[in-house]
Parts: sequence; C-alpha cells; structure tokens
Amino acid sequence: MTRPAGQEPHIELEGLRFQRDGRPIFEDVSLSIPRGKVTAIMGPSGTGKTTLLRLVTGQLLPERGSIRVDGQEVTGIGREALYRLRKRIGFLFQHGALLTDLDVYENVAFPLREHTQLPDCLIHHLVMTKLQSVGLRGAARLMPSQLSGGMARRVGLARAVVMDPELVLYDEPFAGLDPISMGVIVRLIREINEALGLTSVIVSHDIEEVSQVADWAWIIADGRIIAGGTPEELRGEESPWVRQFMHRLSDGPVPFHFPARDYPEDLREVPR
Amino acid sequence: MRHNKAMDFGTGLFVLLGILAIFFLVTQTTGMRTLGTEDSFEVSARFDDIGGLRVRAPVTMAGVRLGRVSDIRFDDDRLDAVVTLRISARHDNLPADSIASIRTSGLLGEQFVALDPGGDPDALTEGDQIIHTQSAIVLERIIGQFLTMQGD
Amino acid sequence: MRAMFRDLGEALREFVETLGAMTRFLGRLLWETPAALMRFGLVWYQLHRIGAHSLLIIGISAVFVGMVLALQGYHILNQFGATESLGVMVAMTLVRELGPVLTAVLFAGRAGTSLASEIGLMRATDQLSGMEMMAVDPVKRVIMPRFLAGVIAVPLLAAIFSALGIFGGYVVGVGLLGVDAGPFWSQMNAAVDVRTDVMSGVWKSIAFGITASLVAVYEGYNAPPTAEGVSRATTRAIVITAVAVLAINLLITAIIVGEG
Repeated sequence: MTRPAGQEPHIELEGLRFQRDGRPIFEDVSLSIPRGKVTAIMGPSGTGKTTLLRLVTGQLLPERGSIRVDGQEVTGIGREALYRLRKRIGFLFQHGALLTDLDVYENVAFPLREHTQLPDCLIHHLVMTKLQSVGLRGAARLMPSQLSGGMARRVGLARAVVMDPELVLYDEPFAGLDPISMGVIVRLIREINEALGLTSVIVSHDIEEVSQVADWAWIIADGRIIAGGTPEELRGEESPWVRQFMHRLSDGPVPFHFPARDYPEDLREVPR
Repeated sequence: MRHNKAMDFGTGLFVLLGILAIFFLVTQTTGMRTLGTEDSFEVSARFDDIGGLRVRAPVTMAGVRLGRVSDIRFDDDRLDAVVTLRISARHDNLPADSIASIRTSGLLGEQFVALDPGGDPDALTEGDQIIHTQSAIVLERIIGQFLTMQGD
Repeated sequence: MRAMFRDLGEALREFVETLGAMTRFLGRLLWETPAALMRFGLVWYQLHRIGAHSLLIIGISAVFVGMVLALQGYHILNQFGATESLGVMVAMTLVRELGPVLTAVLFAGRAGTSLASEIGLMRATDQLSGMEMMAVDPVKRVIMPRFLAGVIAVPLLAAIFSALGIFGGYVVGVGLLGVDAGPFWSQMNAAVDVRTDVMSGVWKSIAFGITASLVAVYEGYNAPPTAEGVSRATTRAIVITAVAVLAINLLITAIIVGEG
C-alpha cells in the first residue's frame, strides 16, 4: 500500500479492528490522512465508511488498534478531552442534521453561542460571512423544514466551519442530491479547503464527484483497505475489485446475486 | 433561541395563573384557619380516656370553633392522656375553670374537644392546665354498663 | 405453561431493568439541575412550549370534571340531606386526588408525548449526534430544559386544575342545583386543611411532574432511531406515565392517610 508521499499525517489509523453485533466491520485497517489535503474514503454501501468517521471522532470505540488525530490518541480519552478535540473538528452529517427548532441563522450560530462568550455583533458577523460563503445569506431566517436537501447540507457546512476547525469530516456529502446541488457541494468543499487551509475527509461512493475534489482516495472493502492513490491512479488500477468499483461494473468480486441456493430448485419449491 | 414578547407574555401569564391558583386554594378553600401559629396559645388537659380523638380535631365552645388539638401524648407516670389544645389568641378571656369534654359530632361522627365556660374571672393563658375534664363517652362501655344493670 | 412463566419472568426482568435505567437517568438529571437552572432562558422557552400550551386542555377538562363532581355529589348528598357539604366534597376530591392525578395524565397526553417524539426524532435525524460532534452535551442542552420545564409546569397546572374544577363545581352546584353559596364555601373552609389537604396535593403534583417529565424525556432519548421506535416511545411515554402516576398516587395517599 502506498502512502500519500511526503505529507505530514493529520489522522493516522493503525491496526484498527471493530465489530458490531458480533459482525466484524474492520479487520485490520491502517491508513493515514495528510494535513491540508482533501482525502476521500470510498467503498460500497455497508462497508463501514461512516463507522470509520465515528471512530475517528470518538463516538465509537475500536476493539483494537490506535487512532491518532493531530498526534493525539483518541481511543480511551475522557469525555472532556474528547469534547476539546471535537471543538477543532467540523462534521457534516449526511442530511445536515440541522436543529429543527432553530432557524438557519441560529443553527450556524449554535456552536458559537454554546462555546464562546462573543458579543452578538461579532456572532452576527461570523454567521453572515459563513452563510455568504455557502450562498445562503438570504435564507438566514428560514426554518430547516423550508430548505431543500442541498440547501440543508450547505447550512450544515456553514455550521461545520463556523468555529474555524482544522479538520472537516464529510459523511456522504453527495448522497441523494440533484446534479446542480452536487456541483455546488463539490465547489464548496474545494473552496473551503483552500481558503481555510484545513484538512478534509470525505466519505463517499460517488466516484465522479470524488475524482473532481479529492487529492487522495482510500478504498475500503471487506473490512480492509484494498487500494490507495490519487483518483487517476485508482482508475488505472488493475485489481479486479478496484476495477469493478471504479468502473461501475454490476458483477465482479462483489457478486450481483445475494448468496442463495440453486435457482431451479428454488423455483420448483412453492413455499406454503 | 430568539425570545419574543408574545412568548414571554404567554409563559408569564401561565406562571402567574399557576401561582394565583395555589394562592386561591390555600386561602379560599381552607379559610386559612389552620395557617398562622403566631397568634394563638396552648393549654393542656388530662383525660382518662380520649376515645378516638385525633390531632387537629376541632376545639369548640358553644359549638363555635376556637382552635384545634395540636398534640396528644401518654403520661407514663399518671397513666392518662395529655391533650394539648391550641386556641386562637383572639379568645383571651375564656374562664380558667372551663370544663373540657370530648364529644362526638353526631352519633358516629368525628370526636372533638368541647369547652364549657366556668365562672372564674381569671382567663386561660399559655401553658395553663384545664383541671376539670370529662373523658370520651365510649359507646361500647355505655352499652356494657346498661347490660350489667339489666342483669342485677 | 412454561412459556407463559418464561414470558412473565422476561417481562419482570425488563420492568426492573427499565426502572433501574430510569432511576440512573433521573440521578444524572438531578446532578445537572443546578447548571441547567443557570441557563433559565432555555427552561423558560420550554415552559412556554409545554406548560402554557397545556393550559387550554387542562382548563377545559378541569371545569367539566368539577361540574360532573357537583352533579354526582349532589344526588348522593341529597339522600342524606347534606347538600350543603357539596363544596367540601368537590374541593376535597379535586385538591387531594383528581387535580394532581388528572393533570399528570393530561400533561402526559399533551406534552409528554410531544416531548418523547420530538427527542426521538432528534435522535433519528442525527441532531443529537450532531450536538455531540459540536462538543455540546445533548443531555444538558436538550433534555435538561425540557425536564425542568415539565417539573415546574405540572404543579402549576395541577393548582389551576383544582381551582377551575372548584369553579365548575360552584357553577353547577350553586348556579344550577340551587345549593346555598354560603355553606358551599364555609363548609369547605372548615373542612379543608392547608397542610394535609392542599399541601398533600401540591406534593403529589410535584412527584407527578417529575415522573411524567422523566418518563417522557427518557423514552424519547432512548428511542430506537426509526419511525417505529419513535412511535413506540411516544406510546410508552403516556402509558408508563399513567400507570406510574396512579401507583405513586396510591403510595403517597397511603402514607398521608396512614399518618393522619
């Protein structure tokens, strides 16, 4: 496995093992995520990509292995230390996870109001600049229920970066969006990464969008890292698994059919 | 969380109504008779038998409520009951030799302490003891006595 | 037969488990209370949502209940020629029993269910994990203000219930059935005691407020993040509250009557 060359790692996973309900999700995962770059973690649904993000942020505990963020071990640290760490991490949930009883403005202001004693005029300034950068300054007084899926995610993005984090984690930022909204999110991820000089981690299975935005991508399957490289390198990868994933083949190492018994036999036997 | 005036007003009204309701219940349904202890005095009375008298039973004179029973305890030396009566301070000229008796309201009703005025010019004050008392009339005992008399 | 006993045992184990978990949750909430009171703005906002909005249903129910009490009581008391005791009967029933109990049950129906489903939906839509990720403790930010608002609202609502119920009884008894207003109040005044009657009602409603609010936030917070999970949590919030309130009511009444 190649490592992203010559980069100081922001996140490092080593020998990670995690299982849920007795089913192993990760067998032995090691990867590093370079500082200041956009890194994608890809893989088919159900391979635990989101779980990986929850492990990195300490919402879940691994069975074995170590997770270091900024050189600090995440596993087994106390709640206080975890909260201190999370204040430096922005997290964009799949559907934005906006607080439904607050309007757009207050949603973006939420981390500031909870963690700082800033005066209202300063909060207003910060909120408005973040909303401006995602193009939703005009929607400041709308409630989350009045937003489309793409808009909700842009608000979530504004909220994720309002505390000026060093690291932003995106959980399936492209899932279920129309092409225009996808384009907007791709542009925003790139812009925010460059403007704020932060580290971005995208968990996704949308190859097209990831190729446009990511500097580096890891592919997970069957609880392991099976490939890593720049999106171009991965496209040229010859292993059957990566080929199936990158070129959207319906059959391959991941079979089209869910495991079942013999087809003619199943047809003959009518369940009573 | 933006606060608006209408919301503040609604909530304030609710809290106010609740407090008013508690105030109403305390003052209007109870007549406050049992509230203050500051303007009252206590006297004691000894009874051989208090029947079913309970703490907080009414203390009356001429059928009018003057106070209530505040304590009942047993005297281990004299083997009788010491009942403490708390009487409103407004009634400060009850004759010192008034008679306390335990009566029953109706045939089977609750028991209370009735005071019958004596002729003493001195008045009952805090800490006094009522000398003349009449114990509770226990229905079973009367019936028992009646039956024994019949037997003679 | 054996299966029945096993099911029974299972149900019992689950009951004890839930009781234990709720008690632990209550301990956590009580521990957080001083800090939560410092941010009273949040409590005030919830007091508006769950307290003030329950006022209408509580008020209307109370007047109806008071009226029915007066109608039923009048016919029974009339047989003993004691209709002037109607005020006592109505007031005692409301202040000691029906006020706190019915308020708690109505509160569970109006506010408890909405608390449980709201919190459950916040869990299902990642809002609670979202807060966790922003280093905000959802128990402090979401649960505590709602719990405290419920604990404050129920005693106030119960007092309003009793007062309006007595008013309803007065309207029917004095206005409609012709009971004399004088004895209606004076007998009530003579019989109702501040400490044993009014205060016992207040203590009860405080206990019920804690129970109803705890059950609602607990069920919402621990609801499985699915549509079915949230709807089950909502149902459980009202069912558990109703049963718990009636059981606790029996307990408190037994203690008070036993003492008196």
